[in-house]
Amino acid sequence: MTATTTTALPLPAARIGTQSPGRLAVRRFLRHRMAVASVVLLVLIALAALLLPIAVPHDPNAVDIMALQKPPGDGHLLGTDAAGRDVLARLLAGGQISLLVGLTVAVVATLLGLVLGAVAGYFGGWVDMVIGRITDVVLSFPTLIVVISVVAFVGPSLTTLIVAIGLCEWPTACRIVRGLTLSLRQRDSIQAAVALGASSWHVLRRHIAPEVVAPLTVVATLLVAQAITLEAALSFLGLGVPQPTASWGNMLNAASSLTTLQSMPWLWLPPGIAIAVTILAVNFVGDGLRDAVDPRQSR
Amino acid sequence: MTGHHPAPTAPLLDIDSLVTEFRTESGLLRAVNGASYRVMPGESVGVVGESGSGKSVTVMSVLGLLPPTARTVSGSAWFGGRDLLTLRAKEMEDIRGREIGLIFQDPMTALNPVMTIGRQIAEALQRHRGDMSRRTALRRAVDLLGEVGIPKPEQRAGQYPHEFSGGMRQRAMIAMAMANRPRLIIADEPTTALDVTIQAQILDLVRTVQQETGAALIFITHDLGVIAEMVDRVVVMYAGRAMEAATVDGLFHDPRHPYTCGLLDSLPRLSARTAELPVIPGQPPNPQHLPAGCEFLPRCARSNGRAECAVRPDLAVVPNAPDDHLAACHFSDEVRMTAVQA
Repeated sequence: MTATTTTALPLPAARIGTQSPGRLAVRRFLRHRMAVASVVLLVLIALAALLLPIAVPHDPNAVDIMALQKPPGDGHLLGTDAAGRDVLARLLAGGQISLLVGLTVAVVATLLGLVLGAVAGYFGGWVDMVIGRITDVVLSFPTLIVVISVVAFVGPSLTTLIVAIGLCEWPTACRIVRGLTLSLRQRDSIQAAVALGASSWHVLRRHIAPEVVAPLTVVATLLVAQAITLEAALSFLGLGVPQPTASWGNMLNAASSLTTLQSMPWLWLPPGIAIAVTILAVNFVGDGLRDAVDPRQSR
Repeated sequence: MTGHHPAPTAPLLDIDSLVTEFRTESGLLRAVNGASYRVMPGESVGVVGESGSGKSVTVMSVLGLLPPTARTVSGSAWFGGRDLLTLRAKEMEDIRGREIGLIFQDPMTALNPVMTIGRQIAEALQRHRGDMSRRTALRRAVDLLGEVGIPKPEQRAGQYPHEFSGGMRQRAMIAMAMANRPRLIIADEPTTALDVTIQAQILDLVRTVQQETGAALIFITHDLGVIAEMVDRVVVMYAGRAMEAATVDGLFHDPRHPYTCGLLDSLPRLSARTAELPVIPGQPPNPQHLPAGCEFLPRCARSNGRAECAVRPDLAVVPNAPDDHLAACHFSDEVRMTAVQA
């Protein structure tokens, strides 16, 4: 043993042959072709939705009474709706809303689930009891009906929608995190961290959270898909994003009339396809993430 | 109490009459039943005993690292003027890793598999020195790895535990335990999970670290052979408490408790070619139903049914032995080794 002087050694940056778990996961993900293609597709959808003003010369909310329910072509690439608004412009604007709802709900629900699940699993005892019972209660209500009641109470708005869906979707994440935390807590490495003076907060943040985040991203992607579907369903029922703001769901609302359904497919086909493609892509990404994060499960 | 210690200085750690119980489905289980021993500053103490004798649970109780099902019912553990058992969680966190370092049995499971070794050591440093930057801590971690004999520490620090061999991992574990220069290092069977060829090296390292840092050492093991060359004093535990405490010399050459005698008798010797190794007959008492009298009575070869043995003997100074020789036996003055000494 030498004296304890701190010599000017280079930082341990040289990682010969060493790969961090994160880097390995990225490598595994990149091998998953459908998932990578889905990521590209989702990026394209998001870019299209965000770059809307440059992409389409029409205001999504501009009413043109001279051009009601026009079929595609003639200045309106995807035609116009019953109020003479450009369908393509609304499709892209709706994309912004739907993706926004999907992502924020997933983030809110996942974070809520992460915190509650980790706390429940780590501290156990009555804390676990209380959180566990709340989870059971939330899970025992049909999500759609709860959200409808909340929206009916508070009135439809984007924020209400996000909060209401988010408050219904966290239990899945919570249960998964709790289960993982319970098993992680038994690990000697956690005991060792505590023996070195780590506080509960430090253990949760540095030792539990990083290990839970990987499987949680898989859950999060599924939540994105769920939230987008739920938003579409609610908007279709007229309880989601209020008019005139466009969302894929409330555009589908047009399909509630039989004439539209039969003779004006340009009104409901584009948002329908957009929803289906987005959700499919999100699920593929989820698949890829699961394989990347847990190599033992891959085929 | 451990009697009158003619100690020139105050003990660093003074465990007194510690009782720890586990809740189990079949009732309370008393894993530690009145354990008492002392560790002086800079001293190395070996704690020996068979599995279930309460060696580990005693130190885990002291460190507040018991599982949720266990509880320390009574007793005290004085460390640096404070009773560790009465400290608040926050105060205990500041002592763990700073004043007391712990070396675990199995370094494979005790290291976080998804964090580089360097980072883990750095975090142990930063935890107790708020002002230390990440960069400095990482550099210091590299130095520490060098100090515990890991070659190319700069590269090794950036690796994960699975890239280390068992012995290297235990070296890293030791680096973590000594990172903050604790006053007491507790090594809980640090070589049990290791390859035999590596064990000697790790024992060497533990001893070197202890001597160079001047820390006191509690060395928990069930290997009497190891303890002889590792420590200054030995505490023999049985049925959840200390049965005998003495210097290495005193314990090995003049044991004063029948259990210790039995243990030493059952050590295989190269010189004595006996056909069969002597064993202590019977089993340790069930910790769910500890006897009221002497715990060792059912297996004791010396009691001969004497009435005193129905009363649980305290750990006390042996009358006709050096002052620092303690034993929990009514007849410690007459107990001697019986085995054929080679």
